[in-house]
Amino acid sequence: MGKIVRFKNPPKVISVGTVAGAKESEGRLKGYFDLCDKSDKFGKKTFEQSESEMQRLALNFALKKADMSPNRLDAIFAGDLMNQCTGSSYGLAAFSAPYFGLYGACSTAAEGLILGAMAVDSGYFDTVATVSSSHNSSAERQFRFPLEYGSQRPPTAQWTVTAAAAFVLGKSAIAGNAENEKGHSCIGEKNGVCVKITEALPGRIVDKGITDQSNMGAAMAPAAAATLYSYFKESDSSPDDFDMILTGDLGYDGHAICRDLLIGMGLDLGKGFSDCGILIYDRNTQDTHCGGSGCGCSASVMAGFVMDRFKKGEIKDVLLVGTGALMSPSSVLQGLSIAGIGHLVRLSAR
Amino acid sequence: MTNAQYKKYADERAATSPVLKNTVKAFLIGGVICALGQGLLYLYMWAGAEKQTASTLVSVTLVGASVILTALDIYDSIAKFGGAGTLVPITGFANAVVSPAIDNKAEGYVLGVGAKLFTIAGPVILYGTLASVIYGVIYVIKSMVLGIV
Repeated sequence: MGKIVRFKNPPKVISVGTVAGAKESEGRLKGYFDLCDKSDKFGKKTFEQSESEMQRLALNFALKKADMSPNRLDAIFAGDLMNQCTGSSYGLAAFSAPYFGLYGACSTAAEGLILGAMAVDSGYFDTVATVSSSHNSSAERQFRFPLEYGSQRPPTAQWTVTAAAAFVLGKSAIAGNAENEKGHSCIGEKNGVCVKITEALPGRIVDKGITDQSNMGAAMAPAAAATLYSYFKESDSSPDDFDMILTGDLGYDGHAICRDLLIGMGLDLGKGFSDCGILIYDRNTQDTHCGGSGCGCSASVMAGFVMDRFKKGEIKDVLLVGTGALMSPSSVLQGLSIAGIGHLVRLSAR
Repeated sequence: MTNAQYKKYADERAATSPVLKNTVKAFLIGGVICALGQGLLYLYMWAGAEKQTASTLVSVTLVGASVILTALDIYDSIAKFGGAGTLVPITGFANAVVSPAIDNKAEGYVLGVGAKLFTIAGPVILYGTLASVIYGVIYVIKSMVLGIV
């Protein structure tokens, strides 16, 4: 048995919702988010509460677009970067749906999509939501320095994305089952297609001994490369079959390392190979150094930009490798190395 | 690739900070802050303060200015440009104390502001005090030795 999870009845993406902050609203993907708040506060007093509010808003948008009541959710899979994942628990409490808190560092969006799709395909749940977020200010406070502290960031540092995104996944219609076919709409429907999660390859923890907290891209690149290599080794598909192959938040340096590692292993992913952290900001004008990072990075790029391209029929098949750096401020101070993980999800509208 | 090889590979290809450019900027901004301090010293002395009082007033003024600029979300932008030029003078110390105070206000005045006020400046105070104690001991021993001779 192979390691790729091939969903028997691939769950469909019913709808998505995204909210983002000021920097994201000025970046290369401006206009792809449902709501942007230039103050980054979302009407709340603290940045931690703002992040919770972002999750609430993102899921609200997704449900609203699908014209769906929160009662329809059989479960929510959600996570963020804050201690004890309070961004998710406080933000999603109001939906009173069964809740699973996840921590996959910045890979949480992909981790949520895998688990959500498994829960739906296994038949235990009909409809689930996956939500993830990061907030630059809450992350800076927790992982680095106070916001107003005057310091310089090294060139390899990345900028934590202020964004939250929600995906609502549901059981696909089973041909011949009248009751099931009445189900909810699907992204891409207007173009006669339906975006589905067709495959997944859960990542393994890879630790290559990087200890520099400001070079997360290098810490995560080997994990992403390992997952992509295993995928293409086992899969019948070739890189050319995909319109986009995206890593989560390796940034410019990490993505280049990942590409080189794969080429070294004899796998060239070609032009469609990019990174959500590279796509989200304008490197030349936004002073974001190596690009974006955080749970909200891959989540908002996928739910905002990639889903929009699916909807317009511009793309048919996408691979996401959600990347995460598994560390804490204490582990870094204790000199432990930063391990990475890369969770792969295939989204297909064929 | 072994972990050591990978670490070396990643370090080698990582972009490095523009040291020369940063040094020049630090020199300029640090120099401006120090020149400002010197100007203030002359100003206070001109206004009638004695030199020692005037230099205390200079410190108070620079700390006050740094606190206000930190609160107005300006200091971190100057520091981003000036680097060590803003870190080393007394203004950097003030910024290091005030920024955690602003940050942790929501967690309360005792366990938020009170407990976290010195999270950045604490080591400077601790090891600064320790260094001055060691210096004092050496100074005393040196005076005793020289006194006997």
